[in-house]
Amino acid sequence: MESSLTRKQFQELYYYMRLNRSLEDRLVNLFKQNKVVGGLYGSLGQEATSVGTAYALGPGDWIAPMIRNVGALLVRGYPPRDILTQYMARYTSPTLGKDGTSHFGDLKVRHVVSPISMLGDLIPVMTGVAMAGKYLGQKIVAMTWIGDGGTSTGAFHEGMNLAAVQKAPFVLVIENNQWAYSTPVSRQVPLRDLADRAKAYGIASYIVEGNDVVAVYETTRKAVEQCRAGDGPVIIESKTMRMRGHAQHDPAEYVPREMFEYWKKRDPLELYIKYLDENKLWDAKTRAEIEARIDRELTEDLAVAESAPFPPPELATQGVYCDGCHTIEAQWKRPKEEVMPPKSSVEPTWKMVNAGGMASGEARVVAAAEERAAQGNGSRPPAAKKNSPKSAQKMKVSGKKNPARKVRV
Amino acid sequence: MAKNTGAPAKGNGSAGEKTQTTFLEAIRQALIEEMDRDPSVVMIGEDIGVYGGAFKVTAGLLERFGWERIIDTPISETAIIGAAVGMAYQGLRPVAEMQFIDFIACCFNQLTNFAAKSHYRWGAPVPMVVRGPSGGGVHGGPFHSQNPEMYFAHTPGLKVVYPATAYDAKGLLKSAIRDNNPVLFFEHKFLYRRIKEELPEEEYLVPLGKAAVKREGRDLTLISYAASLHTSLEAAETLAREGIECEVIDLRTIMPLDKETILASVAKTNKILVVHEDTRTGGVAGEIAAVVCEDAFEDLDGPILRVTSLDTPVPYSPPLEERFLPNAEKVVAAARELARY
Repeated sequence: MESSLTRKQFQELYYYMRLNRSLEDRLVNLFKQNKVVGGLYGSLGQEATSVGTAYALGPGDWIAPMIRNVGALLVRGYPPRDILTQYMARYTSPTLGKDGTSHFGDLKVRHVVSPISMLGDLIPVMTGVAMAGKYLGQKIVAMTWIGDGGTSTGAFHEGMNLAAVQKAPFVLVIENNQWAYSTPVSRQVPLRDLADRAKAYGIASYIVEGNDVVAVYETTRKAVEQCRAGDGPVIIESKTMRMRGHAQHDPAEYVPREMFEYWKKRDPLELYIKYLDENKLWDAKTRAEIEARIDRELTEDLAVAESAPFPPPELATQGVYCDGCHTIEAQWKRPKEEVMPPKSSVEPTWKMVNAGGMASGEARVVAAAEERAAQGNGSRPPAAKKNSPKSAQKMKVSGKKNPARKVRV
Repeated sequence: MAKNTGAPAKGNGSAGEKTQTTFLEAIRQALIEEMDRDPSVVMIGEDIGVYGGAFKVTAGLLERFGWERIIDTPISETAIIGAAVGMAYQGLRPVAEMQFIDFIACCFNQLTNFAAKSHYRWGAPVPMVVRGPSGGGVHGGPFHSQNPEMYFAHTPGLKVVYPATAYDAKGLLKSAIRDNNPVLFFEHKFLYRRIKEELPEEEYLVPLGKAAVKREGRDLTLISYAASLHTSLEAAETLAREGIECEVIDLRTIMPLDKETILASVAKTNKILVVHEDTRTGGVAGEIAAVVCEDAFEDLDGPILRVTSLDTPVPYSPPLEERFLPNAEKVVAAARELARY
């Protein structure tokens, strides 16, 4: 695959993937020492998906990582100590000990929305972030992830459908890691490719080899560009494998051994090391430096986390409501007058472009302004035509068939 | 409906003549005024645009504010609330409409787990209003008549507002839109076109979390809200003719509950009767009884009584619904009993 990445970026991708894995290795040790307060959820085998997707976004874009997207949080600039202290329920954690795991975020600087444990609900929420971005003229893209199991929820459907009709700049990464807790994909959904779900919404979709970080990055970059251009939401299915149980307590004995063996040979880090070696994107010294840096950073952050205090009990009563402790201000990137009367005033009627029914073809009733535009009388693009599911269904398979990719360095 | 193309949207009558504003029109005025003053206020819901909402609360808003601010959605309550949360994270102040508040059950998770816990968990405020027609007495049947406020009053992080008058509806909705928290705003549909009053020309707000004493009295206190306030006031009239002087409190906000106003009245009358249209078990009357027992037991001269709807779904047929709902006769009977202590 052709790549737009620079040598430095290739190396940075390795840094984040290795940091993701090493951080989780440290967390497993902490769990065994009873220093993790609740459950521990890992992303072993899925690092390329978290890192490659998040790496394709700009700083103004928004993400909402799921429990296994620690890699995305690291790419977003959160230091390992934030994740360590979250799991260890310390006062210095981003949530001050009020929540654990990857359940934290930052609206103002990093644009990260905290997930909740119920799956699918981030999809309409991030659709709303994307819709607001459009309204405010920000040209941002919102992204979240969902597992194969999470695509079975009603919230998934409601969110994707709303995103599609609103043409929201929203990218959904379906991280198909083959297992929803102990249930295989075949018992979640009778589809080979979860990307096929995009057809129901008339939107573009991609399938990518999820353990190939460069393919993940390039595919996401393309999807993000489309989104930013105003083509509506995109689904990316990343095919990967959860190499541990659902959480640390779960030995995953239900997973057939040969399945682990198959995917072990496709370990994203091993694949990427080979790739960097073969394409001479680094040398042994650079690799050693990156790994030494990670080790140093983790050792330092672990020491900080372990010495961090637990929260004072009285904190439990604080912060249920925002009583003016936060300033709420939208980031406008367009003149507000455009959305205020009299400029905002419209003809409040529907106009028919197409009546529907078997003979008439695609039913289409649009806002009056859109109809005028469609007939060439207005300044807006003909939304009715752009919405056509035929033109929107771009199904592509990336990174699958091309083992000898060319790299532009 | 007057054409709206930019002129201030205040008032609904000719100049100089004082006009009576309905409960519904008061809500509409609040929405228009807030959208006029703040471009970060947007509306999202089903059939709120061209159609103007099932009850026409949003009639004329699309014409005035355009497709970007009056967002018609698919039939997707979870997506409506989810998207509103996302918009709120972006600093907007979305007002989401439930076509009937009964449908709020469909987005329970978004409200109770996403919106409600956001500020506490990770310091992300959700300035959002969810509003919609609630309540019975119009023979709407089991799915168009409910009072689901206590599901949400029980969820820390949400505010629950339930006005009873046009003045309060307008002032409370404006405050709700400016609040930094998710506020559920219940609009009793029985009141939409049945009550009206003269509203001030100038702008005003009614603060959330403050009850109002709607009638002064010395013998006992009727605590109520929404349509039941009018039931209580009617009962108080009857009781006054019998020499029983009732104080009548309108809670206005269910969460946070204005304990101060309740306790002050208990100290004065020493007897309370709570009247609500919500079903009995787990209704706010139980919470009020607990608060009064904990904080003012010594002030009580009689049992805390309640007149509520029955613990059943809301039945459809008029004789059944009449049996189900509280009414002035039931309140009068209970008050007479209480007055004997």
